[in-house]
Amino acid sequence: MSDNTLLIVLVAILGGALRVSTPFMFVALGECLTEKSGRVNLGLEGTLVLGAMSAYATSYHTGSPWLGVFAAGVAGAALGAMHGAICRLPKVNDIAVGIAMMLFGTGLAFFFGKAYVQPTAPRLDSIPLGGWSDSPQLAQALQINPLIIVGLVVAFLMWWSFANTRWGLILRMSGDSAPSALAMGVSVDLVRFLATTAGGFLAGVGGAFLSLYYPGSWTQGLSSGQGLMAVALVIFARWNPLRCVAAAFLFGAAGAIGPALQSVGITQGYYFFNAAPYILTLFIMIASAGSKHAARDVPGELSITK
Amino acid sequence: MSANPSASIDPPRQRALSLETIGMSKAFGALQALDDVSVKIEAGSFHALLGENGAGKSTLVKAIMGYYQADRGQLLLDGRETQIRNPRDARAHGLGMVYQHFTLVPCLTGAENLVISRADAPAIIDWAKEKRALAAFLDRMPFRAPLDVPVATLAAGEKQKLEILKLLYLDQRLLILDEPTSVLTPQEADEILGLLKGMTERKEISVLMITHKFREVTAFADAVSVLRRGRHVGGGRVAEMSTDEMARLMIGDTQIRERAARAGNEAGETVLELAGLTAGDDGGPLVLNAVNLKVRAGEIVGVAGVSGNGQSQLVEVLSGQRLLRDGRIFVRNQPFEPDRDSFYRLKVFGLPEEPLKNAAVPRMTVAENMAFRSFDRPPNATLGWWLSPGPMRAKARELIARYRVKTQSTETAIGDLSGGNVQRAILARELSGDVDVLIVANPCFGLDFASVMEIRSQIMEQRNKGAAVLLVSEDLDEILELSDRVAVMSEGAVNYTSPTALTDRATIGKHMAGHA
Ligand SMILES: Nc1ncnc2c1ncn2[C@@H]1O[C@H](COP(=O)(O)OP(=O)(O)OP(=O)(O)O)[C@@H](O)[C@H]1O
Ligand SMILES: [Mg+2]
Repeated sequence: MSDNTLLIVLVAILGGALRVSTPFMFVALGECLTEKSGRVNLGLEGTLVLGAMSAYATSYHTGSPWLGVFAAGVAGAALGAMHGAICRLPKVNDIAVGIAMMLFGTGLAFFFGKAYVQPTAPRLDSIPLGGWSDSPQLAQALQINPLIIVGLVVAFLMWWSFANTRWGLILRMSGDSAPSALAMGVSVDLVRFLATTAGGFLAGVGGAFLSLYYPGSWTQGLSSGQGLMAVALVIFARWNPLRCVAAAFLFGAAGAIGPALQSVGITQGYYFFNAAPYILTLFIMIASAGSKHAARDVPGELSITK
Repeated sequence: MSANPSASIDPPRQRALSLETIGMSKAFGALQALDDVSVKIEAGSFHALLGENGAGKSTLVKAIMGYYQADRGQLLLDGRETQIRNPRDARAHGLGMVYQHFTLVPCLTGAENLVISRADAPAIIDWAKEKRALAAFLDRMPFRAPLDVPVATLAAGEKQKLEILKLLYLDQRLLILDEPTSVLTPQEADEILGLLKGMTERKEISVLMITHKFREVTAFADAVSVLRRGRHVGGGRVAEMSTDEMARLMIGDTQIRERAARAGNEAGETVLELAGLTAGDDGGPLVLNAVNLKVRAGEIVGVAGVSGNGQSQLVEVLSGQRLLRDGRIFVRNQPFEPDRDSFYRLKVFGLPEEPLKNAAVPRMTVAENMAFRSFDRPPNATLGWWLSPGPMRAKARELIARYRVKTQSTETAIGDLSGGNVQRAILARELSGDVDVLIVANPCFGLDFASVMEIRSQIMEQRNKGAAVLLVSEDLDEILELSDRVAVMSEGAVNYTSPTALTDRATIGKHMAGHA
């Protein structure tokens, strides 16, 4: 492989990472927010798919992709609110509800989405950040989608708020020690309800990326488990929004290896490289299972750790 | 330290709050936990609340704090009737409480815990400003605690100080402390209580403290109230009461078990042998560093030591909660692996510290918890898998009666029992069969004096029957009272052993401090 091809591959991986990582990022941020409050929402895969469908449909009807993004968030928030409300009932397990919500979300999306498989809806425009470069590959790779910027801002805001705002501290308190929060007069259920709802909003927006930017159409096979992998990603990121972003890039890059190699004509092991994110998930889970750091940073109220 | 700079800033006024309950009642199902309780805490007094385990002390203060709603009864603050619906209300009225368990949030730092506990915590926290204010606050306080590390990393004493600092930071004028000293060493307890006492004398706060230690009552409290089975049975000024009177009020006319005498039998052959036990956290320093110890039949070996020198880890290793890096355990010369089968075969039993966490499943019933050793054996089980709840319940009823566990029924969740009764329930389970080896850790933590006597005599009885007993305790008096031999642990190793009769506090103390 010559230097040039290597460069092309790397640039392609970079571009792919920037593209593919966005839904990971949103779902992971949503999950991070939810888990920080002490609940696990495994339903975000369903939220992602419903978000994708809602975004596409709204964009198609209104002609405005940004309204679509908003609609995706609202649909996600509705699913999140449902999860949050059901988990408030006594003796309800959040994991089980999450799985039910995942099936419910995908089912709902497929049901209402039938009509939108054919038509084409206006998509989100990309922001060309690579204009300064005379390498067309690099320029192409640096076609940034606007949602990634939104995601970065949200991640930074979350990270900052966890430490510097009253809401952030109350959220962490509810997630780490419900008895303490109750003793302080905080309504833990309400905090978790709001966090799950907001987390659902973010995951829904992640879905909008899938249908309105990349791949950029609505089909039933749109999501390939990103919503589930994001849960693993949050553990890997040790419940830190900034590390969630980094982890999402890593997953994105892993997912981009296959297509990048293909673009320079290497097709050997294409399927293997396509499986890279899943393999990565597996290894990350194994590595973080024994990690002392993860054990220390995990919110104390999560039902998976209790 | 004793001068209070804030006095020069604040106008001199009486800040301490007085509190009175009138006819407080509260039932949990069929159990009347509080029955028409009226107590009065004068402004600026240090008031002690005494009572047996399960007498309703925690329930009373939780009802005052609005954590529970009382079924009946009134609350007067500074003589005015006040409705307190939840802990937030209580805080707004100047009532602050340190609960029996810690309520600091482990993942937040001390500073974060303090600031967020404030009712007017700002939406966006300006940490530079808050840190300055906190530093100024700490300067006025009689004691301090680290504020910049997550609370999870603090030692128990530091956490307790921080709990109290939090209440003072919130400017609470009546502090309720539920067994605040059970996690502290006697020195720490004296320090903290002495400082609070000073504040009550200056009429800055009033204190209502639940305790089981008469020593603390006589040393620090002005007045005392005693609860028995949910009723207020007496009280008065501490100066006018003897501890015997208080004790009688607490237990009424229940007979205390005779203290089991030490039978004069010679210790037999070695039953439990620890050979070079070494353990450590992954990559971390060794927490056990070649512990060698032998316990013979009919002998109690007391392991003393300043807390945090490997005693808890030793018990964890013996109960199978922690893996050994090196070393062997032998019971009657047979290698012992701490698994269920060996516990059963070699008749090894134990009462770990914090039994609710380490030896019980809080949400399972008392009967189920009591059957943990035997649920898969006849008559509780057929073929090892078909369980019959009938015999389990019958056995539990028998144990509950014999060990006087206060519980509503065999089907109550064990987590709903009062702290002392969880201890008894687990001890009942562990002592219900033939015992060859008994491993107990801080068995009397948080128990009232009657239970203390009872549990100590149970342990002594096992010794007299020929069990080898390893007693790990942070209470030196307990060790001196019970043990035939004393071993001292320091930095993860046993550095001194001696027959109890041939040693004294000073020598033990020296070895505990690591000088030898
Ligand atoms: N949430 C609850 N549900 C049912 N019963 C309860 C509950 N809380 C307390 N009880 C019962 O009420 C009685 C009084 O309990 P409480 O915790 O007030 O005792 P206590 O005096 O504080 O004892 P200790 O000294 O052991 O802490 C006990 O018999 C206990 O089992
Ligand atoms: Mg209590």
